[in-house]
Amino acid sequence: MDQWQELQYLEPMIRWHFKKRLHSAQGIMELDVQSLALPGTITGLFGPSGSGKTSILRMMAGLMTPDEGHLQVDDTVWYDSNSQKNTSPQHRSVGFVFQDYALFPHLKVQENLLFGLPKEDSPKIIDELMQMMDLHSLADRYPRQLSGGQQQRVALARAIVRKPRILLLDEPLAALDASMRQTLQDYLIRLKDTYNLTIFLVSHDLPELFKLAQQVCVIEQGQLIRQGSPAELFSSETVSGRYRAQGTIVQIRPTGVLFLVDVLVGSEVVNVLATSEDLLGLQVGSPVLIISKAFNPFIVGMNV
Amino acid sequence: MDWQPILLSLELAGITTVILLFAGIPLAYLLANHRSRWKPFLETLISMPLVLPPTVLGFYILVAFSPSYLFGAWLEKWLAIRLVFSFGGLVVASMIYSLPFMVQPIQAALQSLPHSLTEAGLTLGKSRWVILRRILIPNIRPAILTGTVLSFAHTIGEFGVILMIGGNIPGRTRVASVAIFEAVETLNYRAANAYALILLVITFLIVWLVSWINGRSFNTWNR
Repeated sequence: MDQWQELQYLEPMIRWHFKKRLHSAQGIMELDVQSLALPGTITGLFGPSGSGKTSILRMMAGLMTPDEGHLQVDDTVWYDSNSQKNTSPQHRSVGFVFQDYALFPHLKVQENLLFGLPKEDSPKIIDELMQMMDLHSLADRYPRQLSGGQQQRVALARAIVRKPRILLLDEPLAALDASMRQTLQDYLIRLKDTYNLTIFLVSHDLPELFKLAQQVCVIEQGQLIRQGSPAELFSSETVSGRYRAQGTIVQIRPTGVLFLVDVLVGSEVVNVLATSEDLLGLQVGSPVLIISKAFNPFIVGMNV
Repeated sequence: MDWQPILLSLELAGITTVILLFAGIPLAYLLANHRSRWKPFLETLISMPLVLPPTVLGFYILVAFSPSYLFGAWLEKWLAIRLVFSFGGLVVASMIYSLPFMVQPIQAALQSLPHSLTEAGLTLGKSRWVILRRILIPNIRPAILTGTVLSFAHTIGEFGVILMIGGNIPGRTRVASVAIFEAVETLNYRAANAYALILLVITFLIVWLVSWINGRSFNTWNR
């Protein structure tokens, strides 16, 4: 790659700005978010449910039309409200992994992948993807005969059959258990590196974002609250800890001056001592970070 | 015994059902995917034959087809078609009469499919036509079978509409149900019983077949 190409490559590849009035269960919400993404990176969209994350993915794919805005991938404009440009989903180069996977129930695994193959493309990629995602042994099964994790792998592979410029994942790993999630995250990284994908990922899971994302957009009530690397966003700068874990308070018991706090981390409950000051604004159910500094673990409310 | 009315009934039901199948799927697709102000109106219109007395329906179709009025006159003048008292007229009337039986189960089934199936097809670069043909239709086969069979059985059982616009012309419009009526009127109970029994057996077999194929109650469509 010569220098000029490299320069171009470093230009922000995806510029997006979406404005849309959304009607949700909580009433009307004005979504207005813009950002940039570099090619070959993973951007996490993080925030409470109903904040507009899925809508952003759908507008990128062309499944939903913004009221106003702009979407440019490399030098191709897919959507621009000023020039009335709106490329149909079929003509945008996107892969979409839906929350419910949306596998075609009447087609076998291999047929699901073949359905996505453009007529002029060589079926070699199907073989390649089946190999990479360890799907060969499942080729002749129907989706209903697969576990959640297997369905997920098929959905991922199918989304990449067209070799899309961007891959959109709508909380795909939420329904899976922890070990399955780990495996799939590894598959995802492998796919990204092989096909140089730019990925947008809706996720509620902090460890997942730490592992996968180079950039995280924190979205609340349709607005971009913060943006940066996961480490920048989710670690409080005032503490320097060696060990961190994300958990949820399940019980707070007073013990004289201090409080004994039970925090659920994964499937284990960790006891932490805390002062009433530490617990300010926290209650049972609050998400917290447990940070072990030197000897004693203490807890910090998560600023998300 | 004269088999002609039975054969005519089967022919009418067969032709009507085949045409309805091709018209009903696109119509059901449009209704399932449209959210216009006109949708409830259109749905009501399609459902009218379910509740309207067949004689009322037959009367208006008769007026519409009659060469003495605008539409019938236009058909006769420009297309040289006369739908009153003809087999063609019976087919058109049966289509209107049996339309809800085809459209409703298919529309319900399309609406019950996850929307993400269509969206997955779109992001895979396929046209809505390809998605309908290769994704949606294969996944609503039981509903299509139900609609087809119900339309067929309903058309076989049609009486009021046919009598209104077709009359009782042997070999052209005298279908089995009309033949039964005529046999009873002329006190020929033996012939009436023969026709009635054959219709009973045919309809029972058809409905039984569909519930056997679907492996469940055939009225799941009525959601």
